Amino acid sequence: MPLPDVLPFIGIGWSDVLFLLLSGTVVAAAFGVVFGRDIIKSGLFLILALGGLAGIYVMLGAAIVAGAQVLVYIGAISVLILFAIMLTQSKVAPTSLAFQTQVAPAAVAAVLLAVLFGLAFGSTNWGSVVFSDTPSAIGTSPVAAALFGPYLLAFEIASVLILAAVIGGVYLAMEPRANEGNEEGE
Amino acid sequence: MSQIAGHIEPYLVLSGVLFAIGSFGFLARRNAISMLMSIELMLNAVNLAALALGAFVPSLAGQGAAFALLIIAVAAAEATVGLAIVIAIFRNRKTPLVDEYDTMRQ
Repeated sequence: MPLPDVLPFIGIGWSDVLFLLLSGTVVAAAFGVVFGRDIIKSGLFLILALGGLAGIYVMLGAAIVAGAQVLVYIGAISVLILFAIMLTQSKVAPTSLAFQTQVAPAAVAAVLLAVLFGLAFGSTNWGSVVFSDTPSAIGTSPVAAALFGPYLLAFEIASVLILAAVIGGVYLAMEPRANEGNEEGE
Repeated sequence: MSQIAGHIEPYLVLSGVLFAIGSFGFLARRNAISMLMSIELMLNAVNLAALALGAFVPSLAGQGAAFALLIIAVAAAEATVGLAIVIAIFRNRKTPLVDEYDTMRQ
């Protein structure tokens, strides 16, 4: 039995349903990251949000970016964040006070920012095309042509930046030597 | 015929909402690692906006994805150094809460 083109009773297509599901998941998980009292749960919600965003990237036709999102963000950065959480949670740190004293001005600023974004996005003529379904997949050839054409210098600088970040991260997180740390007086 | 997923504005609005949530978390949380997670949310919102523009504006085809890949690389470097700094500070101060890092204020 073939599925109908649009959802019954609501009249929206299946790609719309998929977009609403994914965006709802992403926004709910982002609220979980920001408002969660338990920081381990915040890290797991971050993984959920990044996975939902990978789905939205596939809907936008950029499967290569979705793959990089899963590999780099979910595979590497999330694991790094979870390890850092495990290394820095001490029992003396109170987990009940998750927010600073400036939480109310921060909330006002964030709501204002969202309203400004909504107004700007709604009132701007983007010169964009409208697809009858989700955007068509772009494939990897235009991405490679852009990455190794006009953005070649940025690509090379990014590689040097990652090398420097790896060396700097190892140096910063290294235990200080015993004969160098004697001025701390502990 | 889709009324939502075929237009650019829902993707951009989702990106804006996500950026606002991340900025709230960065301003309001006390834990340094929570602040770094909020920064990751904001970077992903920027990625989503770049990819939406690359998919819907014909003259930007391919450039949005290239831009997003470069942002992912920079975010990986930022997370590495940021978490290493948090671990290095935690070794000295024994707390991950940023409002107790007040040595230079006294």
